[in-house]
Amino acid sequence: MSVATPTTGAGRVRQITTLVRRNLTHIKRQPEMLTDVTIQPIMFVLLFAFVFGGSIQIPGVDYKPWLLPGIMAQTIAFSSFIVAIGLNTDISKGMVDRLRSLPIRRSSILISRSIAALIHSSIGVAVMSVTGLFIGWRLHEGVIRSLIGYALLLLFGFAMIWIGILVGSAMRSVEAVNGLMFTTIFPITFLSNAFARTDVMPSWLRTIAEWNPISSLSQAMRDNWGVAGQPLRADAPWPLHHPELATIIWSVAITLVIAPLALRAFNARTTD
Amino acid sequence: MTAPVIEATGLVKKFGEFVAVDDVSFEVPRGSVFGLLGPNGAGKTTTVRMMTTLAIPTSGSARVAGYDVVTQPDAVRASMGLTAQGATVDDLLTGRENLRLIGDLYGLPRREVRHRSDDLLERFSLTEAGNKVVKDYSGGMRRRIDLAVSLIAHPSVLFLDEPTTGLDPRSRVELWDVLRDLVRDGTTLLLTTQYLDEADQLADRVCVIDHGRIIAQGTPLELKNQSGATSLVVTVSRHDEVSRAADLVRGVVGDLHVDSDARRLTAPGAAVSDLTRIAAVLDAAGIEVDDLGMQRPSLDDVFLSLTGHTAAETSNQEVPQ
Repeated sequence: MSVATPTTGAGRVRQITTLVRRNLTHIKRQPEMLTDVTIQPIMFVLLFAFVFGGSIQIPGVDYKPWLLPGIMAQTIAFSSFIVAIGLNTDISKGMVDRLRSLPIRRSSILISRSIAALIHSSIGVAVMSVTGLFIGWRLHEGVIRSLIGYALLLLFGFAMIWIGILVGSAMRSVEAVNGLMFTTIFPITFLSNAFARTDVMPSWLRTIAEWNPISSLSQAMRDNWGVAGQPLRADAPWPLHHPELATIIWSVAITLVIAPLALRAFNARTTD
Repeated sequence: MTAPVIEATGLVKKFGEFVAVDDVSFEVPRGSVFGLLGPNGAGKTTTVRMMTTLAIPTSGSARVAGYDVVTQPDAVRASMGLTAQGATVDDLLTGRENLRLIGDLYGLPRREVRHRSDDLLERFSLTEAGNKVVKDYSGGMRRRIDLAVSLIAHPSVLFLDEPTTGLDPRSRVELWDVLRDLVRDGTTLLLTTQYLDEADQLADRVCVIDHGRIIAQGTPLELKNQSGATSLVVTVSRHDEVSRAADLVRGVVGDLHVDSDARRLTAPGAAVSDLTRIAAVLDAAGIEVDDLGMQRPSLDDVFLSLTGHTAAETSNQEVPQ
């Protein structure tokens, strides 16, 4: 390769910020894109706090502040959905091809998608935090532990993004992405301690629910924000006794397993 | 002759068992227009995708602006622009934002992106529409902004995959003018088309491709000559004079085909010099004609004689995906 490259394309950072800006402009032009992280979780907060909340009695626990971290966990799980839809649309409309015909790193396409999705979800988390103030939720454990709660939430969101890249690359249409994500993510997030106590579930279901990463994440936020419910049962599984560590392990494990599959699916879908 | 700017050597692309592109070779000199002509599914898009680094050839090689598409993809990407089928611009961004997006990704200085965007918007009559979202553009405007975006980094080579498919006739002609301007400025174009008149209008050289194989290559004129000589055509004004006219014309040229319903006489072997003699004979006999002239075979005729089917007939083997 004796010939010099004429231009090398934008620097890595400019590639990514340019593409992130594009995704954020989409939100600006279509604010209704944000309903999944604003109206929907607020609806869940209201629904569970006021409609089901009366029937979900947890002795000695104020349900509403306890519920909020659970709904945040659910919302962050939906980051995968956001990435999957956005990526799938870009692939099927030929936008990814156009980007690939430019002198940029292919990974910039995925990194910018992920950053935009995390920003998207963070807007939701912020909206929910404000909503929480109205139903009596507060941060009780000081700045550091409050931030740890939020950091764990974003870390888990990062892991979920890989699932989104996998699904968005593998599915043939946005409708298929919608179908798959609704029928999996919703049940998975409900099958946890996000909305209801696990200790009254049938034992087989309780085992699944308590090992669910959504449960350790919710538990970690509750502990660090001082809105924990009843004292933990001594026989509760390990992840609930060490929710921060469990959330980190889950996030790393999901990333390690899914990221290679996701990259392979994306490359397979966008080459040839 | 200058070295070719685009060069394909024995390109092959297989999707499983299906051979989408089968041993395609061609060269495009700097500043010329090369037309890849063929029906849907002929392998045109797959060829362009290989030339623009979007697909990897199963075998064979290609060079764009001197760079190998497989081993130097980034250099290829930096030297060319691509206008893919179906105008891949971002619907939710304005025209100007689309230009800025791609200009930034090319790594152009911000000021240059701004100036160049203004120039391109003006050149493509989109200055007013520049701040509107592309979603609200007409089909012709979409194509123009797509083309403008492809030109943001001054590519020396531009690939256009069916640039006028789906456009109304007026927008088509406008786009042709824009493309001619680009060539005048020294850009090398490779365009694919299903429209023979488009290849005829724009291309210096045409390569006819069917079922992934090149079946003919040459200038539009060479291709037309290849599929038979010109013929002389007389259209007689009145039905009842067709047979009398036919007798007279037969006296001048030997071989004559008569189509009474169309009042048309076609002499395949006739030369230009026969024109004046036929005109004189018919005039002397007082026979009025609507039309008298030489007719070259159109590229449609060429395609039909080469492939046995017209270009508009979709080839039944579609490229997968």
